[in-house]
Amino acid sequence: MKNKLRTMFFVPGNSPKKIAKAEIYGADSIIYDLEDSVSVYEKDAARDLISCFLQEHRPDAVIGIRINPMDTPYFEEDMECVVPLCPDFLRVPKAEKAEDIIKIDEILTRKEKELGLEVGKIKIVATIETALGVYNAFNIAKASTRVIAVGLGAEDFCADMGMKRSENGEELAFARNYISLSAHAAGVMPADYVNSNFADEEAFLEDVRRGKQMGFAGKSCIHPNQIPLIHSVYTPTEKEIAHARDVVRVYEEAMRNASGVVALNGKMVDMPVVIRAKELLASLEE
Amino acid sequence: MIPDNLERLLAKTRWAGKKAAVGIAGRKSDTKVRSMEYILDAVGLKDGMTISFHHALRNGDQVMRRVLEKISEKGIRDLTLSASSLSKVQDCLLPFFKAGVITAIDTSGCRGDLGKYVQGGNLKDLAIFRSHGGRARAIESGELKIDVAFIAAPCCDIYGNINGVDGDSACGSLGYAMPDAAHAAHVVAVTDNLVEKPLDYVSIPQTQVDFITEVECIGDPRGIATGSIRVSKSPAELVIARYAAEVIAATPYFHDNMIFQFGSGGIAISTASYIRELMREKNYTAAAGVGGVSGFHVDMLEEGLIETFFDPQDFDLRAIASLRDNPKHQEISVSDYANPFVKSPYVDLLDFTVLSATEIDVDFNVNVLTDSYGRLLGAPGGHPDSAAGAKLTVITMPLLRGRLPMLLDHVTTCVTPGSTVDILVTDYGVAVNPQREDLLERLSGNLKLPLWSIEDLREKAKKLAGPENRIEHKEEICGLVEYRDGTIIDVVHNL
Repeated sequence: MKNKLRTMFFVPGNSPKKIAKAEIYGADSIIYDLEDSVSVYEKDAARDLISCFLQEHRPDAVIGIRINPMDTPYFEEDMECVVPLCPDFLRVPKAEKAEDIIKIDEILTRKEKELGLEVGKIKIVATIETALGVYNAFNIAKASTRVIAVGLGAEDFCADMGMKRSENGEELAFARNYISLSAHAAGVMPADYVNSNFADEEAFLEDVRRGKQMGFAGKSCIHPNQIPLIHSVYTPTEKEIAHARDVVRVYEEAMRNASGVVALNGKMVDMPVVIRAKELLASLEE
Repeated sequence: MIPDNLERLLAKTRWAGKKAAVGIAGRKSDTKVRSMEYILDAVGLKDGMTISFHHALRNGDQVMRRVLEKISEKGIRDLTLSASSLSKVQDCLLPFFKAGVITAIDTSGCRGDLGKYVQGGNLKDLAIFRSHGGRARAIESGELKIDVAFIAAPCCDIYGNINGVDGDSACGSLGYAMPDAAHAAHVVAVTDNLVEKPLDYVSIPQTQVDFITEVECIGDPRGIATGSIRVSKSPAELVIARYAAEVIAATPYFHDNMIFQFGSGGIAISTASYIRELMREKNYTAAAGVGGVSGFHVDMLEEGLIETFFDPQDFDLRAIASLRDNPKHQEISVSDYANPFVKSPYVDLLDFTVLSATEIDVDFNVNVLTDSYGRLLGAPGGHPDSAAGAKLTVITMPLLRGRLPMLLDHVTTCVTPGSTVDILVTDYGVAVNPQREDLLERLSGNLKLPLWSIEDLREKAKKLAGPENRIEHKEEICGLVEYRDGTIIDVVHNL
């Protein structure tokens, strides 16, 4: 599985056309949704559709499936359906406590064994959608080695907090920062929230940039036109790549010369700068 | 003073017998403006003749119906209808087909109920489907003899000068009508906007026009010009357009002073919008644009990104106004545009052209005439001409429409041969014609482009869509698809 998940693109699990087309937009990850975009009357149809599609066809992207929350009557059948499809990860909604993740981990382990699959292969991306979930973000991220990323579900979170959504999303600032911090502390990827405003390109880009400044490594999205915009923010520019190469070059020269001082263009280069440059160059090779 | 013995003086010279008759003054007081009844008698229209029309009024055209009503009233039958194309609005001509007034057609496109009638095997002769350049060639070579050309004239002066840029029914360039006006035995201007003074903008000159007739209205403006053509909002079309622009930019044909053609469909205009960004980045201008014009093309012309435009047809009001007002926007005959037998058709100048397709096959043959069920729905138009002329021909098309694959083993109807097509760009990937090894080599290292072999892309389409059934059609044929040089490239079957 690619480590790079700049975009996680949600596709309704009950739309054959959207499922077939999803791969053309170049998202790093496609998430086939069984939850919010599928009405309660079509949950079974969506399971059948995703199942048939993924058995026949594997798009060139990281494959995720969003299941319904554990406290719904659809959860068990979702798990029955999705594990045999071997998605790269399950997107788990309404993660509130570490126990939620542990329970899903146990179910996955049991089913992987039953099916003769490699245990631990199916990862988890946890979506935090309540005040309690934000409060427990670090514990959720650390609850299982399967967890590779955590993100925020903005609409439900606002409803839980009694907040109204605003144009610039200022009400989300704390939760976003806290989730990003928790993810970094737990060593998993922080994934920024879904912003459903696809009409205003500039406002959307500003939101993506803000997320990157908060430490997020990618963003979930629901509209194909958002994908290149997110990539434009999370893909290093040629100037950034050139700078990273220079940093690594002067650092390696300094090491060879046993020089304690590393400098580039008259500025001292600190160790964190070298690490960031190496990470950036490593991300290009993925 | 004329000598009395002039005849005798001339007798042994080469002017023998050429003494001017008395009263030779000519027909100064004659008018060309006559009733349709008068004109039909004067031109001697008879059973079995060929009449022609242009289709620049597109889906707003009323001229064909009005003329045929008069012809039908006179009891003339068995005519060949030669039109530069037939739009959906021409379903109104069906009664004239059923009554035997028209028994053969020679056109670029045919669709709707008229298409069904043709594919019902109801015509006496095979329908001929030609490209725009092919039709001009057939007219100019004498292969297609037009007895009377009825030219819908948005503006006409009493001397017979015509333009398409003035009046309520303005349609812009009259490029499609020019070969007819130049070569038909008789030329009749049909206008709803007759003016007394000679026109200052002339598309078709009075020297080619025999008669003028007035009608109440030649066309419905709502059907003549489309609404403003914009960059597509469809995410899938934008993906195709982005790939197409990246493909073009990666070839040697994208350069300063290039010459190009973009259609006016959503994908073509979106591709043009990405190309426009790349041109601005690189500070490139196009020496010329060729082909149909929309407001989008006009924006590029006015921005200076295109230095001049050679225009055989216009799609919207902004394009029509530009043709009238901007000297860099030049009206050309469809023969100059695309006739393969003229010395230098404008399509031969093209560095690249971006075209669409209803279907393509693994040999890169393209269908733009029939749908996946074999029904007539489109027209070759300038497709085969532009593809043959351009140094780089890019076909943009979704891999699937609905649940049907559009990349096939064999196209339903071949209109443009694969040997003139270089690259297919779909939403799922890009395939280069293996004949173009140079392009393959150039594009193969490009990480931005999902490069596939055409066979693999075909397999992908099959896998997504599931197994296909062959379409059912009758053995009998109702039409011939003529390539631009006059050879027959495919047939249309009865359904």
